[in-house]
Amino acid sequence: MNQAYAVTAVAVVVVATVLIGGLGLRISRTTSDFYVASRSVPPRLNAAAISGEYLSAASFLGVAGLVLAQGTDMLWYPVGYTAGYLVLLLFVAAPLRRSGAYTLPDFAEDRLESRTVRRAASAFVVGVGWLYLLPQLQGAGLTLRVITGAPRWTGGLLVAVVVTAAVAAGGMRSITFVQAFQYVLKLTALLVPALFLVAAWHGDGTPRGPFDEPPTFRQHTQVQVEDTLRLRIEEPLTVTVTGTVDATRYRDEGVLLEPGTHTIEGGTDLRFTPGSTVPRPAEHASAGTSSWAEPLSGSRDAHPLYSTYGLIVATFLGTMGLPHVVVRFYTSPNGHAARRTTLVVLGMISAFYLLPPVYGALARLYEPELIMTGGTDAAVLLLPGRLLGGLGGDLLEALLVGGAFAAFLSTASGLTMSVAGVLTQDLLPSLGVRHFRLATVLAMSVPVAAYLAVSDLPVADTVGLAFAVSASSFCPLLVLGIWWRRLTAAGAVTGLLVGGGAALAAVAATMAGFPEGGWPRALLAWPAVWSVPLGFLAMIVVSLATASRIPPGTGATMARLHLPEGATR
Amino acid sequence: MSERPAPRREVVVGEPLRRRPVRQLGVRSEIDEQTEVGGAYVRGLMRSQLRAGLCGFGVLALLVGTLPLVFAAVPDGLGPWLSGPALVWLVLGGATYPVLLCLGHWYVRRAERNEQDFVDLVEGQ
Repeated sequence: MNQAYAVTAVAVVVVATVLIGGLGLRISRTTSDFYVASRSVPPRLNAAAISGEYLSAASFLGVAGLVLAQGTDMLWYPVGYTAGYLVLLLFVAAPLRRSGAYTLPDFAEDRLESRTVRRAASAFVVGVGWLYLLPQLQGAGLTLRVITGAPRWTGGLLVAVVVTAAVAAGGMRSITFVQAFQYVLKLTALLVPALFLVAAWHGDGTPRGPFDEPPTFRQHTQVQVEDTLRLRIEEPLTVTVTGTVDATRYRDEGVLLEPGTHTIEGGTDLRFTPGSTVPRPAEHASAGTSSWAEPLSGSRDAHPLYSTYGLIVATFLGTMGLPHVVVRFYTSPNGHAARRTTLVVLGMISAFYLLPPVYGALARLYEPELIMTGGTDAAVLLLPGRLLGGLGGDLLEALLVGGAFAAFLSTASGLTMSVAGVLTQDLLPSLGVRHFRLATVLAMSVPVAAYLAVSDLPVADTVGLAFAVSASSFCPLLVLGIWWRRLTAAGAVTGLLVGGGAALAAVAATMAGFPEGGWPRALLAWPAVWSVPLGFLAMIVVSLATASRIPPGTGATMARLHLPEGATR
Repeated sequence: MSERPAPRREVVVGEPLRRRPVRQLGVRSEIDEQTEVGGAYVRGLMRSQLRAGLCGFGVLALLVGTLPLVFAAVPDGLGPWLSGPALVWLVLGGATYPVLLCLGHWYVRRAERNEQDFVDLVEGQ
């Protein structure tokens, strides 16, 4: 990998982000501009911004890595991310815009006329936002380390500083331009190398069988083991070793590894012959998994069908409650435009998601050793060097690195924007833009502190947690709030706490390593299947029990949510 | 006596200048004023929009939500030329997205038609 090109690419993306952010700053003149872009962003631009914000590192790098490590079932992730937008369109998009609120807590208070609901929703927005920010920072750290060997904290800190500066300086308007630019950048950065890679695959005689199980080496492969590895061998495997295996030193000798667990010391060279099976790491069943999806894929082996449905429910229903997604709807001029915008977003992210599966399949063919070393997240970045090499490979690699950084920057800035919005409104007195800037720093500093404190722990798996919690708390609140007149404030708070709390507790227990296996583990690792119905049930039952306390303005609010803008005076 | 002008008689019959605009605006004012009838119109619109949403969601569940069961039912794919994982790759990696887009497109048209019908109803009075 050519460091100079890659570092230049990162620098260009960062500078372009700051420049476009500054351009927006000159345009945003009023407080309203600053917060919600004066509600006048045209659908295409807004849709590009939404897509740019939504396609995070998990999409850009993680999906291909997951396909490499675990096979094609992992493609449920991008399908779920996209279908989540369809569900959002079906039930939420237009009424949410017509509610005229700016954040989820605004919606909750407006609909249910209660400060308590507002506070509960605020807590969940900030919590989900922070959970989602952490893996963005960690992904940036990993990427920069893969490229340059820089210490892990560098990449995360770089993203944190750039995002805080861009958001605090320009607010929503500049973020809209930045995000739209980053969508185009991400799509280009994945599309152009993909075309060259597919051509190279064709030139290689279109080798077949990328999804054969278990994965095998197609050609002579030499692997330099950096950190000490423990490998699980299923069938006897002969490798040529220079270094230390199972505490015995070898020097360019053929070694027969019997089935069982073997320790490879750091610095050892392994050479595999074509046709030999790729060994998997022994540490956790899920090692080699993309770090962005760990808890969601942690127990897939035990009950794959249940796990798949857990993933489907979490992503289909969780998208509507992600704070950085929801806040974007207030920038559409009206409900009609909000609906059109969502449809364009659906098209844009669909186009993007056609690409990661291609990288996943090529990675299975050309770099299966990443499964062994656990570096599957780097699969996308390393492919051009592997397939093409030379100057072309270096340039395409730089393009991919730039795209990956755009992914970290855009998702992180959207999240920071929405968390800061909620902090400004609910925690700090709303005295204007100055406090928004202060809130931006606060919104970013907590995840940065967590990132620096626990950078060695597998905390990156919080993306799945964020989706499950959002599906169990905000999905019932939004769907019932928009379509059911008998929802009460007490019901909403209970549902938020019971549904979201249960999902949170379940995944926290899984991450702590409890329980060991079988159905209890599957149920806790994939809580959405039961925690979403639980949230709905709690909201409905408590609302019916407190039927005398239906907010007095419900009729008027419902009319406002559902009537087309032209139909009222 | 008869030349004396008759005392001016003022008859108060209501508020002629501030006549309620019900007759001109019909349904629209019913909605604005939160009357029973207006509420019924809003409920009607909500019902038709909810039906459209549920319809789209049902088709999504039927077409995409059942895929894991389909994949579990044919683990070996479609014979030697299309293995199970390759089938999953083709369906989830490409074929699903046009379905999602078509569903979204259908829903937007349906929802906009519902709203247009509603506006026609209001304007038509």
